Amino acid sequence: MAEETAPAAEAPPPPPTRLELLGQAVATIQGVTGWTIQLDELIAQVDRNALPSVAQTLRDDPRFAFEAMMDLCGVDWPERETRFEVVYNLLSVSRNQRIRLLVPVGVNDTVPSVRTIWPSATWWEREAWDLFGIVFTGQPDLRRILTDYGFEGHPMRKDFPLTGYVECRYDEERKAVVYEPVRLTQDWRQFDFLSPWEGMTTLPGDEKVFVERAEEKRPPVTGSPEVKGG
Amino acid sequence: MNDAVNLDQKPSSKIVEIDSHAINFGPQHPSAHGVLRLILELDGEVVERADPHIGLLHRGTEKLMEYRTYTQSVPYFDRLDYTSPMTQEHAYCLAVEKLLGIQAPERGQWIRVMYHEITRVLNHLLNLTTYALDVGAITPSLWGFEEREKLMEFYDAASGARLHANYFRPGGVAKDLPVGLTERIAAWTETFPKFCDDLEELLTANRIWKQRTVDIGIISPEDALAWGFSGPPLRASGVPWDLRRTQPYDKYAEVEFQIPVGRNGDCYDRYLVRLNEMRESVKIIRQCLAKMKPGPVKVQDRKFTPPTRGEMKRSMEALIHHFKLYTEGYHVPAGATYTTVESPKGEFGVYLVADGTNRPYRCKIRSTGFAFLQATDLLCKRHMLADVSAIVGSLDVVFGEIDR
Repeated sequence: MAEETAPAAEAPPPPPTRLELLGQAVATIQGVTGWTIQLDELIAQVDRNALPSVAQTLRDDPRFAFEAMMDLCGVDWPERETRFEVVYNLLSVSRNQRIRLLVPVGVNDTVPSVRTIWPSATWWEREAWDLFGIVFTGQPDLRRILTDYGFEGHPMRKDFPLTGYVECRYDEERKAVVYEPVRLTQDWRQFDFLSPWEGMTTLPGDEKVFVERAEEKRPPVTGSPEVKGG
Repeated sequence: MNDAVNLDQKPSSKIVEIDSHAINFGPQHPSAHGVLRLILELDGEVVERADPHIGLLHRGTEKLMEYRTYTQSVPYFDRLDYTSPMTQEHAYCLAVEKLLGIQAPERGQWIRVMYHEITRVLNHLLNLTTYALDVGAITPSLWGFEEREKLMEFYDAASGARLHANYFRPGGVAKDLPVGLTERIAAWTETFPKFCDDLEELLTANRIWKQRTVDIGIISPEDALAWGFSGPPLRASGVPWDLRRTQPYDKYAEVEFQIPVGRNGDCYDRYLVRLNEMRESVKIIRQCLAKMKPGPVKVQDRKFTPPTRGEMKRSMEALIHHFKLYTEGYHVPAGATYTTVESPKGEFGVYLVADGTNRPYRCKIRSTGFAFLQATDLLCKRHMLADVSAIVGSLDVVFGEIDR
């Protein structure tokens, strides 16, 4: 009988959620290199050169209608090939949906500014420049914003020490604020409480634990989504 | 919308005005709401350009958090917007909970929603009264601070601190409410609407108040969205957008409240929206008190929340858990989330990246006032110098969160 040879009928896949449909629609935009849904949040990876056109589409296409850019920030990944990642959090008030764009950026790369699409980008781009040293082209106002006047360096980079390099004080004799190299009166103490039982993952000779843990937990996802194909 | 947004249309050769003179507004100015340095280019008494300089209160909160465990980072959120501490803790706790995959128990959620609304009243009281002070009305601040004091006593009773509460935790709240507090809060909800009426009597129909605020600092709904506005300034422009309703968190889906929406998007509407939000907050607080049932206030999984002191005296395991939580802390699985709450000022977001260790890899704080202040130039253009303080006051900016 035909029924015997047929494999056990699998349950039909559940219909795509609203977020998945949105993700599929976003994937069709030229310049989107991948998308994923993580913790009920839609994340799309965008090629930095295509960013202005992608942003324009996301704002003007009625399927997306992301009228507002609520946040822009940088993330530093020193171990990665492309060191930085610029993160755009967009919000559509009319369709009540959000999307996160991740744009990988190398140390010597620049990112096109989106200030003509969302004017609120200016200050956040200034902030990303100030704290990470990410350069935005087409942004005429790329002054520092959060750090001191005349500050040097980009403090949110992972290789920038928490204490900084200089400290300032008011010098009574010179009647001026002076900057001097940081002097710590006691050693910088960074307590590392990671225990070999559950904290450290790469204890020498203990790779087995690491492999087991990686298997039982969810896939090790960092800020970037896995590429699902564009 | 395109016309309003397009900045690139100016020809490259522009005429530079050298006639206008620039003045420094702040950083030490009573109506700069902290440490705002606003460089104003004036043409007579008319503002041609406003250039806010921020960062004078920059403390590197985001950097510091990368060196602290998840529990140790909670108090930093009190110190961002120091007029609405608990709402910001709320955003952070929701973000960590999302990454951990845990959910606060019922009572914990109700307590958090209740204190979220108490914080909203606390914030609006400070903003409205000092805003009135900025434009010359002294009485509201004298009255309003008395009400604030009562609310800070509720803070004190629950957390032990009047301002920097450090009360919310990933997984619930630090401890249950003390006996008798809910009755006191209930009694306060009976008297507070009267105060709102009094405040309204002082301001809403006040001729001087209206002269200073009506039609000042108008922003259209399209502009407000394009400039990243949220909260009362966005609603005053006529956009009925409230995250408590559209993207509810904790128990907001189960409470009933109205969303006040303005029409003109001027300073006066922003005042009206805030005033009516306080009345709605009182309704939410009443519902929280009615629906709150006895039960645990935090997750009972000892890998995330510490055991009670009594348990520690008897159980070795509890002692170990306590020690581990306060030294190493818990590990958060790798991932990233952008979690938002409707703070009194607007959308307060936390973009949290975890790498599987006990400390955040990156925590970006989306401060609400940052977007508002950026639009100061747009709002102040061609207004009189005296209107600047009215506009800055109506935006409700606090530099703890803007400078971070």
